[in-house]
Amino acid sequence: MDATDRKIVNALQGGFPVSERPYAEAATKLGIGEDDLIRRLDTLLSDGTLTRFGPMYHAERLGGALTLAAMRIPPQDFERVAETVNRFPEVAHNYARTHDFNMWFVLATETPERITEVIGEIERATGYRVYNMPKLEEFYVGLRFEA
Amino acid sequence: MRPASAQAAVPRSPPAAGIDAIDRRIVAATQAGLPRVPRPYHAVADEIGITAAEVMRRSRHMLDAGIIRRIGAVPNHYALGYRANGMTVWDVPDDRVRELGRIIGALDFVSHAYHRPRHPPDWPYNLFAMVHGRDRAEVEEKVRRIAAFLGDNDRGHDVLYSTRILKKTGLRIGQ
Repeated sequence: MDATDRKIVNALQGGFPVSERPYAEAATKLGIGEDDLIRRLDTLLSDGTLTRFGPMYHAERLGGALTLAAMRIPPQDFERVAETVNRFPEVAHNYARTHDFNMWFVLATETPERITEVIGEIERATGYRVYNMPKLEEFYVGLRFEA
Repeated sequence: MRPASAQAAVPRSPPAAGIDAIDRRIVAATQAGLPRVPRPYHAVADEIGITAAEVMRRSRHMLDAGIIRRIGAVPNHYALGYRANGMTVWDVPDDRVRELGRIIGALDFVSHAYHRPRHPPDWPYNLFAMVHGRDRAEVEEKVRRIAAFLGDNDRGHDVLYSTRILKKTGLRIGQ
């Protein structure tokens, strides 16, 4: 990654134009050519510096429901419970974290009602309580990672 | 149903309302990314069989309505050297959580901040903020800065680091 790549990563984390030639517009602002910008984005995506380039959608506004849920699982039972939880297709991601509340996952469902149902199903399947922690309000600004 | 343009002005608008079948096709065609060709919206239009003008009009509308949060690059923060990611959780007075959440959410090292419900007595925290740093020491330093901002409003806090990804499937939006 050179200085131009870093400029691209820092400048293009939002505000990409919706227009006929958006790469040309963005490239002009960066002082490079359209071809160069496209080629560099391809490289940054293929080497894993960027995970995506494009629109970031707001999942709930597309009609589904999301929540964050947490569980407290004794270490000796952790793997079994992880397996059980992961089998639910509604579990989008699941992380082990350093805390008594050691399992944290995102539930994504077609409808808000389904969230409550899935939580009940996970509790019955694992024998442990699921703490539902839906966001009540989001204070979203959008992080600019400095490259 | 309120018109979608009214929703943009209301941050806590109800979900869903404004997208139709054609929007969903645009979402499905672009959720993995925008084509890297000189006229990407034309490429999307060709793929789904509508005009580029229509793709652009609908994309601008989805941006205004907050259905698209932003358009651009999504960095892999690990690749950029941000290897420590702490989920910081705070117990702050409920009547100040919005005001404080806005301040914390605007800090340049916080990617997201959320008000979430407590579950007393097991879980006393009502404000979550994701803090990113190059290592845990950097995250801890930033946690001290948040604590300083909060002052007496910080009635307790903790930091949870992820140690393992147990499952990761992207959120898939059906067509």
